[in-house]
Amino acid sequence: MTGAAWSEKYDLVVGLEVHVQLSTNTKLFCRCSTDFGAAPNANTCPVCLALPGTLPVLNATAVELAVAAALALECDVQPVSVFARKNYFYPDLPKGYQISQFDRPLALAGRVAVGTKPDGSTHSIGITRVHMEEDAGKSVHDRFPGASAVDLNRSGVPLIEIVSEPDIRTSAEADMYLRGLKEILEYTGVSDVSMEKGSLRVDANVSARLHGAPALGTKTEVKNVNSFSGVMRAIDVEFARQCALLDAGGTIQQQTMLWDADANEVRPARSKEGSHDYRYFPEPDLPPLVVSTDRIELIRISLPELPAARRDRYRRSHTDLTAYDVDVLTTARAIGDYFEALTAASGDAKTSANWLMGEVLASLKDTGGTVADFPVAPAALGELLSIVKDGTVSNSAAKKVFAIMVMDGGTPRAIAEREGLFKITDDSALLRWIDDVFRDHPDEAARFVDGERRLQGVLVGHVMKKSRGSADPKRVNQLLAARLGT
Amino acid sequence: MSVSLDDVRHVALLARVGLTDERAAALVAELNTILQHMDVLSPVDTTGVELAPSDAAPTVLRADEGPAIPLARPRESFAPKMRDGFFLVPRLDTHEDAGGAS
Amino acid sequence: MTNGGSSTATDAVSASLARAREVGAGRDGLNILLYQDADGALAEAARHDTVSSTGPLAGVPVVIKDNIATLRMPTSCGSKILEGYVSPYEATAVTRLREAGAVVVAKSNMDEFAMGSSTENSAFGPARNPIAPDRVPGGSSGGSAGAVASGIVRIALGSETGGSVRQPAAFCGIVGVKPTYGRVSRYGLVAFASSLDHIGVFGATVDDAALGLETIAGHDANDATSVNRPVENFRAGRLSASPLKGVVVGKPVEYFPSDLDPKIAERCNTAIDELQRLGAEVREVSLPHTRLAIEVYYIVAPAEASSNLARFDGVRYGLRIEGDGLRGMYEATRSSGFGPEVTRRIILGTYVLSAGYYDAYYRKAMQVRQLISRDFANVFASGVDLLFTPTTPTTAFPLGAKSDPYEMYLSDIFTCTANLAGVPAMSQPIGRVDGLPVGGQFIAPHFHEAGMFRAAYALERALGPRASQ
Ligand SMILES: [Mg+2]
Ligand SMILES: [Zn+2]
Repeated sequence: MTGAAWSEKYDLVVGLEVHVQLSTNTKLFCRCSTDFGAAPNANTCPVCLALPGTLPVLNATAVELAVAAALALECDVQPVSVFARKNYFYPDLPKGYQISQFDRPLALAGRVAVGTKPDGSTHSIGITRVHMEEDAGKSVHDRFPGASAVDLNRSGVPLIEIVSEPDIRTSAEADMYLRGLKEILEYTGVSDVSMEKGSLRVDANVSARLHGAPALGTKTEVKNVNSFSGVMRAIDVEFARQCALLDAGGTIQQQTMLWDADANEVRPARSKEGSHDYRYFPEPDLPPLVVSTDRIELIRISLPELPAARRDRYRRSHTDLTAYDVDVLTTARAIGDYFEALTAASGDAKTSANWLMGEVLASLKDTGGTVADFPVAPAALGELLSIVKDGTVSNSAAKKVFAIMVMDGGTPRAIAEREGLFKITDDSALLRWIDDVFRDHPDEAARFVDGERRLQGVLVGHVMKKSRGSADPKRVNQLLAARLGT
Repeated sequence: MSVSLDDVRHVALLARVGLTDERAAALVAELNTILQHMDVLSPVDTTGVELAPSDAAPTVLRADEGPAIPLARPRESFAPKMRDGFFLVPRLDTHEDAGGAS
Repeated sequence: MTNGGSSTATDAVSASLARAREVGAGRDGLNILLYQDADGALAEAARHDTVSSTGPLAGVPVVIKDNIATLRMPTSCGSKILEGYVSPYEATAVTRLREAGAVVVAKSNMDEFAMGSSTENSAFGPARNPIAPDRVPGGSSGGSAGAVASGIVRIALGSETGGSVRQPAAFCGIVGVKPTYGRVSRYGLVAFASSLDHIGVFGATVDDAALGLETIAGHDANDATSVNRPVENFRAGRLSASPLKGVVVGKPVEYFPSDLDPKIAERCNTAIDELQRLGAEVREVSLPHTRLAIEVYYIVAPAEASSNLARFDGVRYGLRIEGDGLRGMYEATRSSGFGPEVTRRIILGTYVLSAGYYDAYYRKAMQVRQLISRDFANVFASGVDLLFTPTTPTTAFPLGAKSDPYEMYLSDIFTCTANLAGVPAMSQPIGRVDGLPVGGQFIAPHFHEAGMFRAAYALERALGPRASQ
């Protein structure tokens, strides 16, 4: 049975733990580079190798970014937070403990909007806490026979862990939460939030309970999920597994499950023996982290406009945009920024939206680029849109001009000029073409002049062909009509 | 509270210290003796006392820039087992949580 | 300070090396020095002579405890698990000594990972007290204390977590000082218990200790607990005429229990009389939570140690013994690499942090620790400038005399309070009992090292030869 089918009888209850890598130059507690893809252990020093006698010193930028993220997620940033040691043995954990935060995290009580309730109010998923911690290294298991290989380049890279309330009731809701979260963090610029690069990782706490049951069921933690769609599938599969077990009178045991995307199934993780008692205690090498209220407010006011606010503003100020337009234009900060610059230049939001969502995104799809590095500046594209609007070039001609701008750059007017793509409205030129057409097609011309009106379209067609599309058809019709019955 | 052999075995596992049966048994006795002395703390009234002084100086922050503290000797000179720049350890089951902070 | 009365760095270093041979400082003798670097030290000395260095310690030979990172010679913490490990970076304190012109001649023996009070817990054999070779030099910095006591050097670095500089200084009849927590960088000091660890200095005289401490003190960006605050001139008081006029010295009753060895009490009272004669007002004071200090210490220190020593796992450096899989490698490496006392404290520390016991032990101990700190704060707020106490309840005891761990722990009873509160403290010789040195201890408010040294200089001058009789 599928998760959907089981939900007739059981509630799904999900809380998500999301680890996000902060975009700093150096690690959280040492001055090693955080660059991705260096040679194994090249980015390690006495501190992140945990050599005897070394000590951690906290990275100021990591704190700034963590506070910005917490504020963007509407959390209460704590004036004093405390680092703690999470003790367990693992080869990619050089100190034998992870420096994290435990009973006094950086921030509490935030939320992410995932939609609107029937009554029109915003439906949000609560955020329990946001805390700072260091990443562990990587263990490679398939490189050398009989041995695992440890690379500590990631060891000490700054992370924030964002823990949601168990508010999520469907896998689709989990997906909306993650998209909303990713969007906010991307807007805030604290991380490149890329699951591929491992700068965003998701663990799901999943439990099931009979409809109306008061208490939460026993939860399992599903790890090793590496795509948003994977999160949805993993949640559904684990929910179905739990329901089947419960329905057969079984009990769920609290354990870590690993998601196998290829097999589309979850398996119990081999638990790290004896590692379930982390013996947290305050990190004696780091005095408490104090963030003054002034600092917090300074970071708050320097936050960029966030997706929700931007959507509202677009709805209010561009009533001609559809809800779909607004959603597409706000999926990434750079798209909205481009849209606004383009509208400013073209003076027409709807046309700007259509071009951006049509031509621009299509061309980016081909090149695989992003709006941020799109070769055509909003101002240049805006100029093109305005010469379409004032009738200087036709829509079809404009698309040719755009293609050239993407390829070789240049300004729209220059290109239209060079390629002879301007509409010809000057009568002398048009009359010359009409005379040519009358000479080339004498009998059609004669019948038309004798009153056979239906031939007007044919003649216009001939004129357009002669002008290679640059003649203004409206004017050609008028000039032809003038010759009727002469 | 008195320490049992199971307690010592459990703690030894947490601490990844191998213990012979004799050593484990001896430690049960030693810990119980030491911890008996510690009982003088329980009656002390510590209501409202924090774990650290409230006036403790906050942690000093560091600018987000290199260079990293250099190593005067290559990693290979002090690492027990290295290959192609990796530290080698006995093979781990890949089903094991292969690290990553959590 | 003169560099051992010699004119050149080379003379001073050669004299130091010769003295080490003479007293049998090596493993087959007093076993106070684990590693000596004659060639390196002489080369360094020659360099100082050619450029005629003028640093405050130009050409002065120094000995460094084996748990402080040096680039030449191993940093093995008296442990098999780090045998032969040479650090690829240098401790800040050592860098500062060398930049002042000092020449590191040797690394000294210690209790394994500084866990002990006798230097009998060294994986490389016990050290002996130069004053009485059948007795311990104290610990854990017994090797550095012995090196100064036997005249190999006038300045040596040690480390303290519960009294490991002051206690051996008392046992060996020299000066030992522990600064305010945060005054000297811990960067490069192999951690035992981070919130209690201090680098300390041994000196043949108060002036040697003051000079050494002044050289290594000050903020270090590599230690987040090091305090950014100017370092006063610790030697300012050495010549002052009436140094103790208006100074209030507190005599804490808890440090003079009824069962204190009367001969030690008598030496302390002689010293206190001298302080009065020098113009100090002496007051009886009380630090009521002192009676709980040992218990607090022996919960907090092992708890932090159990975490600090987790990095010795055979993966990146140090000893590695293969076993059954990863867990087998960990357990084999750590059980054969750590000695009995270290294992005992790792087990104890893991236990007091483990689920179900954290509140009863670790949390409670950290709270009582605050009460101990408040005792000091209250006494110093009441107008007392300094405290004077015996450094240890006994003189140096014979090797092997203390087999019961808890009995051994009691030798830190008068010293561990200063580590728990982070206040500066120092021990200096105040006479002998049955030919064995007795140490008197000054304890000062946070960052009042200068005032503490002022009193120590004065007492040293007043006692004169009686300090070593
Ligand atoms: Mg985490
Ligand atoms: Zn590093």
